[in-house]
Amino acid sequence: MHGIDKRFGAVQANAAVDLTVAAGSVHGIVGENGAGKSTLMSILYGFYQADAGQIEIEGRPARIDDSHDAIALGIGMVHQHFMLVDTLSALDNVMLGAEPDWRLSRAREKVRAGLQALIDDTGLAVRLDLPVEELPVGERQRLEILKALYRGARILILDEPTAVLTPQETATLFETLRRLRGRGTTILLITHKLKEIMVLCDAVTVMRGGRVVLDTPIAQTGLDALAQAMVGRRVKMGREDQPHRAAAPADAEVLLRAEGLGWRDALGVPRLAEVSLALRAGEIVGIAGVTGNGQSELLDALSGLLVPQAGTLELGGQRFTPAHWITPRRARELRLAHVPEDRHQRALVLPFPAWESAVLGYQDRPRYARAGWMRGATMRRDTAEMMERYDVRPRNPQLRSSKFSGGNQQKLVLAREAQLQDRPPRVLLVGQPTRGVDIGAIEFIHGRLRALCEGGGAVLVVSSELDEILALADRVLVMNGGRIAGELPIERCDEAALGRLMGDSAAEPAPAAA
Amino acid sequence: MSSHSIELPRWIDLVVLPVFNLMLALLVAGVVVWSVGLEPLQVIRLLLKGAFGSAVGWGYTLYYATTFVFAGLAVAVAFHGGLFNIGGEGQATMGGLGAGLVALALAAHWPAWALLPAMVAGAMVFGLAWAAVPAALQAWRGSHVVITTIMFNFIAAALLAWLLVNVLKAPGNMTVESRAFGPNALLPGMHQMLGALGIAWPRTPLNASVLLAALACVMVWLVLWRSRAGFALRATGFAPEAARYGGIAPRRQVMLSMMLSGALAGLVGVNEIAGVHNRLLPDFVAGAGFAGIAVSLIGRNHPVGIVLASLLFGALYQGGAELAFEMPGFSRDMVYTLQGLIVLFAGAMAMVAAPMFARLHAALTRRGAAGG
Repeated sequence: MHGIDKRFGAVQANAAVDLTVAAGSVHGIVGENGAGKSTLMSILYGFYQADAGQIEIEGRPARIDDSHDAIALGIGMVHQHFMLVDTLSALDNVMLGAEPDWRLSRAREKVRAGLQALIDDTGLAVRLDLPVEELPVGERQRLEILKALYRGARILILDEPTAVLTPQETATLFETLRRLRGRGTTILLITHKLKEIMVLCDAVTVMRGGRVVLDTPIAQTGLDALAQAMVGRRVKMGREDQPHRAAAPADAEVLLRAEGLGWRDALGVPRLAEVSLALRAGEIVGIAGVTGNGQSELLDALSGLLVPQAGTLELGGQRFTPAHWITPRRARELRLAHVPEDRHQRALVLPFPAWESAVLGYQDRPRYARAGWMRGATMRRDTAEMMERYDVRPRNPQLRSSKFSGGNQQKLVLAREAQLQDRPPRVLLVGQPTRGVDIGAIEFIHGRLRALCEGGGAVLVVSSELDEILALADRVLVMNGGRIAGELPIERCDEAALGRLMGDSAAEPAPAAA
Repeated sequence: MSSHSIELPRWIDLVVLPVFNLMLALLVAGVVVWSVGLEPLQVIRLLLKGAFGSAVGWGYTLYYATTFVFAGLAVAVAFHGGLFNIGGEGQATMGGLGAGLVALALAAHWPAWALLPAMVAGAMVFGLAWAAVPAALQAWRGSHVVITTIMFNFIAAALLAWLLVNVLKAPGNMTVESRAFGPNALLPGMHQMLGALGIAWPRTPLNASVLLAALACVMVWLVLWRSRAGFALRATGFAPEAARYGGIAPRRQVMLSMMLSGALAGLVGVNEIAGVHNRLLPDFVAGAGFAGIAVSLIGRNHPVGIVLASLLFGALYQGGAELAFEMPGFSRDMVYTLQGLIVLFAGAMAMVAAPMFARLHAALTRRGAAGG
């Protein structure tokens, strides 16, 4: 790709981007949120058209107006959110849209033969006849790769592939990718995870602010250089760089206590089983575990969005039982704030302008309400201030929430929950605080979480990033199958110990969890 | 991330595209008209002349538009709350009934300045109540409003008919309608109001309800975008999960948005019963509830768009009536055809031309940038 430009309104998403990928290599594309890497790959796959620039595939100029053109050129994409039909079998999913025969039974035979050959060749093990909803996440991802390869992909784009995988599954994926590379497939890997880049890739391109800032073979670079290129300055990660923070004294006040929380979903599957925990002032408790093991349900129960069938909750001197459970409104009154995992469905109203999303949950506070009317000017002023403090870009309170990049949306939500009260919250529940957030902002967010604790608050962090849990938490609870599988103080935590607790009985999450 | 997201600058989205769609609808309508042996240009000319060419024409156009504004606002408010209220017909019927019952009960005793606001209130309350039942069924039982409101339309029509025949019919009268309410139950007509200001204006059904409609537009805008209730309503409509997270009770919002919607639809009854007929009669709504859906759709669920779309539809009704009068071979039903085509092109297929405009815009701006 030469000289790619792409502008969305006021934002120059790509500026004069050059990308050269050697055939049969694994090429990493790294960058902060809003750096332009997703846009670049979307242009390559035909979702957008570049304003300027040319694309050459295998030496020949290419015109890619939509994904059909891309597929015809041998480009395949595996998205972060899988594009599979849950109720159809794996085989049918591969066949969908590319049926070789109008008689389905004949078509299936042909596809099966072709797929089996691919499976044998690449080692991508997928059970073809099960409905997708019964397949674990790792297998679904392999299916997505098979789908792309079946359509003749010689160039494979993978968007944040390891976001949903356990460490073991990640290792399996990397093995697969190496095998594919051996077959001559070219692989483009979009990821935040610098460690993965160093382990897997042959070359890497770092983007920042819509431009390419570093383009180098892996052998000639290292983790620090990549991080620095991404952010433009030196980055502090991990505990070693943090000033030593005294752990909360064991007799600090208990701000939140949950006992015996239990909840079964509509199908009778227990999503929470006898979950008990206590949050003390000044501590950060991390909940580790593969997504789908009850972490979401736990956060929802504690914040009032889900009423458990069993258990009690004590918060702010009040006791709640399933008959009279806490509500989101009451929770906020008791100074509990919640940054939801799913920021698109929950934390923001995407069509609303930023200033309206920024007061969601607080719109009835005296500061923003005068009789029945909203104090729009005050809300906008506060939003501007929040944006300034949390470095949300672009600094436009009137811009639609959906137009902000994921990381900036997250910063806005965090600003709202951590700031937008008369006093800081006493308890902050955070789900996946830095999902989709760039390294510079991760630093900042972690800093704010720690500051909250130093001020006497407590933070409960749910994260699928072990590094994040290890960097932040004073003690770590691991959830597995709706239960707390174990608790470890931070000194005794390492990836191996946690991985074992996480991967214990169910390495794969329960079906139809996400 | 969405595939093929169409990026259109606002001015294309809100002005160029609707005008283009309208032109397309007129073009197709012209073909239909031509195919029955009439001259399309003459039809359009007479239509415009009938609607806007005289004070009488304007009077009728605005009178129709008033009804459409109320019906359109009703649909829009419910839509912002995430609900598709197609019960405007029934709610308007009940609104008229409410105004009428108040008049029948109080016209003999109350002066106009007290009676008329009471009739307006009666219309709103009845319309509100008629929408509240489907709303409650949706909120507490999950029964879809689309189904229940349609059913309630039929019930309302039947109820009105039964009341008129069995209870309210003026004794000794052949026609199925109630007795006249009396002069103090009639809203002043535009000719009267302007006459009081010294301006001569011909007698038309246009009455003070048009001012009420204007007020309703302003109020709806204020409530939706400037009030806390409107914030909660829109949040629930766009993102029910986020609204719940934000402490907004979803059931309450369903009730509130439907009730406000029903009250607005009920105001159609004010325009018709209190503004023109001065008695209760069957089918005074005459499809306005459904026209309101089209009006709201074309008007993008915003008061400004609804006013414009209402004027358009009002012009069609009035111009169509004139056409049927002046042009042999032109039947009133042609108007409905044209209406349908407008709804098709400007409502349902509004976005079909969008990619074309996006490409055109991109090409022009690129050329402009390169040319310097």
